[in-house]
Amino acid sequence: MEKRNVYLDNNATTRTDERVVEHMNHYHLNDYAVASSQFSHTPGIKAKDGIEKARQIIAEKISALNNEIVFTSGSAESNNLALKGIALANRAAKRNRIVVSKIEHFSVLDSAKRLGKEGYDIAFVDVDGEGFIDIDHLKNLVNDETLLVSIIHGNHEIGTVQDLHSISEIVHKKGAYFHTDATYSFLQIPVDVKKYGIDLMTVSSDKIHGPKGVGALYVSEDVIIEKITDGGFQEFNLRGGTENVSGIAGFGKACEIFSEEDVERIKYLRNDLYEQFKSGLKGVQLNGSSDFSRRIPNNLNLSFDYIEGESVVLHLDMRGISVITGSACFSRALQASHILLAMGFSHERAHGSIRFSPSKYTLKEDIDYTVHHVKEVVTKLRKLSPLVEQQ
Amino acid sequence: MSFPYSEKVMEYFSHPKNVGEIEDADAVATEGSPACGDMVKLYLKINPETKSIEDIKFKSYGCASNIATASIITELSKNKTIEEAKKLTWKKASETLGGLPPAKVHCAVLAVDALRTAIENYEHKMGLLKEKKSTDTNIIEKRLKRVINPLTGLEVLKVNFVKKIDLDDGIITITVNLDSDHPFANNIREEIVERLEPLWDIKKVYVIFNDENERH
Repeated sequence: MEKRNVYLDNNATTRTDERVVEHMNHYHLNDYAVASSQFSHTPGIKAKDGIEKARQIIAEKISALNNEIVFTSGSAESNNLALKGIALANRAAKRNRIVVSKIEHFSVLDSAKRLGKEGYDIAFVDVDGEGFIDIDHLKNLVNDETLLVSIIHGNHEIGTVQDLHSISEIVHKKGAYFHTDATYSFLQIPVDVKKYGIDLMTVSSDKIHGPKGVGALYVSEDVIIEKITDGGFQEFNLRGGTENVSGIAGFGKACEIFSEEDVERIKYLRNDLYEQFKSGLKGVQLNGSSDFSRRIPNNLNLSFDYIEGESVVLHLDMRGISVITGSACFSRALQASHILLAMGFSHERAHGSIRFSPSKYTLKEDIDYTVHHVKEVVTKLRKLSPLVEQQ
Repeated sequence: MSFPYSEKVMEYFSHPKNVGEIEDADAVATEGSPACGDMVKLYLKINPETKSIEDIKFKSYGCASNIATASIITELSKNKTIEEAKKLTWKKASETLGGLPPAKVHCAVLAVDALRTAIENYEHKMGLLKEKKSTDTNIIEKRLKRVINPLTGLEVLKVNFVKKIDLDDGIITITVNLDSDHPFANNIREEIVERLEPLWDIKKVYVIFNDENERH
């Protein structure tokens, strides 16, 4: 088999679409001024127009109003702004509890922990074996003292998609705010923020073939947050600093280009990958939602019994295939994925987990190439493994 | 491009030497556990006259450095006497591989530990010990120290995983808090037996799981 380069790490980030790059270049080379109010010079107004067009596109995609979209430097900043912004704006309030799930991204978990040090009472919601929020546990944790609940929409590692509608009902019954990190599900799983009752929502550009370093936070008109980056009146006075005009324009363009047909194709490729592994290899376990309609379309997470993920990743890398693992050996902290452990999995299952994440640029040939090499690598490593009983 | 592993590590990772098992091995040892993501098992064939390691093979569950260090240990100790092999250090193993990333040094330590444990097992078995201490609960606990509970990744002795240790006339019975149908129940049983049975005055070791009452 001829060597190919197969990038299957699109839950982490994606290739920027050429049309996005072209659109961005206009703002690098032509309308490159600092975006400014209408009472300024023409280049500044043109730059501002670029931002506002993007804002409108993104607002429409989630059924929000234009002035409810705040551009940031990406999901991590959006998540920080959501949690800390709410906390800062409500210091005087009696509500002292913040509830997050155990499978959040570190930008939510660590923001919550930081607020815990500031005196907030942080509670962590359990998930079940497929990564779904334990609704009864959530109901127990959300009380009259709860200020904010933050639950990730589609999980970056295991792909499980939460039922935002029913979660927001529980949260609002107690008068708390509801934030969701929709970074990984954005546009792949449509969300109507008004219908679902979402107060704050994080979205990001680089997961949908837009540029890196741009994201947004949807902040409902009815919610007041305080800014955490001082230094200017930009973004409705919610984020100081010169706007990343080309990045924001590129984000808007990426949203405009995004197509349902691509999602359907990605689903087909993802399902094909799974079916081929299931029928071609023994000891393969699916991590995350087994109901694929409640899974991010571009996510497949599997554990291969008796072998360790870093070895798999390295072997596949030598064959041109890019994937990641939840194994401790792979992480900078040498800790197994907190998400897989929160789901009640053993350390071995976390160590043996591999995430496959295709995109619109993935071809059927890439999938077949991947299946072929994963089978070879898994077989090779199992021959080496002391955990496999000798035949 | 900066890759965390040296070329030599990658070479051994891609093409490990001395992989496999030795059926009539004179000494066997396992260190690490799947729960930690690192596990090495060594098989040694030792010449009873010369005390030289005539053959050594390994199996490994773990990352690239785990596989590479296990492989290099087998090469460095092959055709050495057990006294020479005992002097092998993790530093030597790491140096031979052109260095390891700091986070992966423990892999070399693990491989060297496995070699030392295997030799110790052999010495027990062959009556080569300078001083013969009778096995007691302390010695048993010391030997089980590095056995890891597959469910939690913690040492079995620390987390009430080992429920009971019985020692009676050279027969040890270890009762553990694990069901016999756990995927790694057999590995745990094997590992415990492997660590205790080589003791010179021990005849038999039994491991009893939650759902078992009798000795197997």
